[in-house]
Amino acid sequence: MLDDFLVRAALAGVGVAIAAAPLGCFVVWRRMAYFGEATAHAAILGVALALAFSLPVLPMVLVAALVMASAVSGLTGRGYGMDTALGVLAHTALAAGLVAVTLLADVRLDLMSFLFGDILAISRGDLGVIWGGAAVVLALTLWRWSPLLTATLNPDLARASGIDPRREQFGLTLALALVVAVAIKVVGILLITALLVIPAAAARPLVRTPEAMALVAAGIGAISALGGLWAAYHFDTPTGPSIVCVTAVIFAATTLTGALRRRR
Amino acid sequence: MTTPLIDATGVTIRLDGHTILRDMFVSIAPGEIVTIVGPNGSGKSTFLKALIGAVPLAEGRVSRMPGLRIGYVPQRLAIDASLPMTVRRFLSLPSRVGQAESAAALDKAGVPDLAGRQMADLSGGQFQRVLLARALLERPHVLLLDEATQGLDQPGSAAFYERIEEVRSELGCAVVMVSHDLHVVMAASDRVLCVNGHICCQGTPEIVASAPEYRALFGSGTRGTLALYRHQHSHSHDHDHDHDHDGHNHDHGHGHDHHHHDHSRENAS
Repeated sequence: MLDDFLVRAALAGVGVAIAAAPLGCFVVWRRMAYFGEATAHAAILGVALALAFSLPVLPMVLVAALVMASAVSGLTGRGYGMDTALGVLAHTALAAGLVAVTLLADVRLDLMSFLFGDILAISRGDLGVIWGGAAVVLALTLWRWSPLLTATLNPDLARASGIDPRREQFGLTLALALVVAVAIKVVGILLITALLVIPAAAARPLVRTPEAMALVAAGIGAISALGGLWAAYHFDTPTGPSIVCVTAVIFAATTLTGALRRRR
Repeated sequence: MTTPLIDATGVTIRLDGHTILRDMFVSIAPGEIVTIVGPNGSGKSTFLKALIGAVPLAEGRVSRMPGLRIGYVPQRLAIDASLPMTVRRFLSLPSRVGQAESAAALDKAGVPDLAGRQMADLSGGQFQRVLLARALLERPHVLLLDEATQGLDQPGSAAFYERIEEVRSELGCAVVMVSHDLHVVMAASDRVLCVNGHICCQGTPEIVASAPEYRALFGSGTRGTLALYRHQHSHSHDHDHDHDHDGHNHDHGHGHDHHHHDHSRENAS
């Protein structure tokens, strides 16, 4: 069964979507969408470095994403707003990454596959890495769920209950970096944030508790992955963007439903 | 002498190079109600956060009794509109509590029927009471309230503080409140700390209300009102008396200090 490239693509897409959704909820609640974007952009720099020094891609992407995260928190609160710090660093990382990749002329690199994903080219090995990474992310999110949620509500409230908000924040950053690393093949660097944010946002009008939001978001993510693959196969469109388009359609539908329900 | 729940010695706090608070000495004994008053920007909320351990200290130390459980009611809790949260779920943060337990806490806080509501849909008063209920579920040794009645009208905040006194006598927990609702708050306290970048004066409500440092900050008009509230509350204070020896002894010590120190003449008034 795993011999079929479509089956491998579907499994990879569903795996990443399910891991990204609960994490995406925290990204939405903590207003970190741009932070996710910066982490993703740093990944292209990681890819370039890995290729330049013939190192494995995944760990280098992780390192680049983590360096980006600490650079952002270092630059914030030194006269720059969070959005400015992110704007500077995210696009610097993306630009530097693209320049670095081009300089490595001898490496034959399909840039498009990193920017927009190449889910149909996923090998058995890739699938193992993706599911392994997704499982770690999911485990980390579930393990830290309650303290992270408390810290998200109010850092002082968390502190009073003996929770260290900075530690939880670091755990979240780590999980984000890992999701970025495993999602590159699936939707590509430019669309990873969409996979984090849109399912969570689409789930919001349908739910009353944080846990329900994470579950529904995971479901929406999985349906989007399968729907996007199907659309890409039938209409011969690029898969990553097709997946994101399906998510966006679901978002529009749930938002409308929510608005109509409030009206009544 | 019982071990203090929280003991702050020589605490100085600097933020961005500015000294917010200097040389704070405060000890919280089991069961006592301590109020921190002070003008806006005097550092009182910051000090409360320092007691929790949420603010880095430039100097001094805050020691908390090992295993101390803190019930904290923050000044403001802005729940992002993107975060769905029922009252019932909120009460289970960070550790899960049973249905019956959370219902009892809501009851104790005076809002028994809210469990299924969204936090975002609550009124200001309901919200504060739910925060109180959550703090009570921690089975706290000490309850820390930061401007807990902000946004409540006068009767609303008076009712809230009455609730606090009831909770204190039921649970036997200490209460530390930050407030600028001077009259109502001070009437309900065993000890008042007047803070403006440092401790200006401290002691029983009467002593602080008549201290020149306090009057310089808040004017002298407050004394008459204080007496009025004091009078209305007097019976509940008698109640607390036998139940709460340690706290009161503590208070008297402070009061005396103050008198000898700079204004024995205030004794007459």
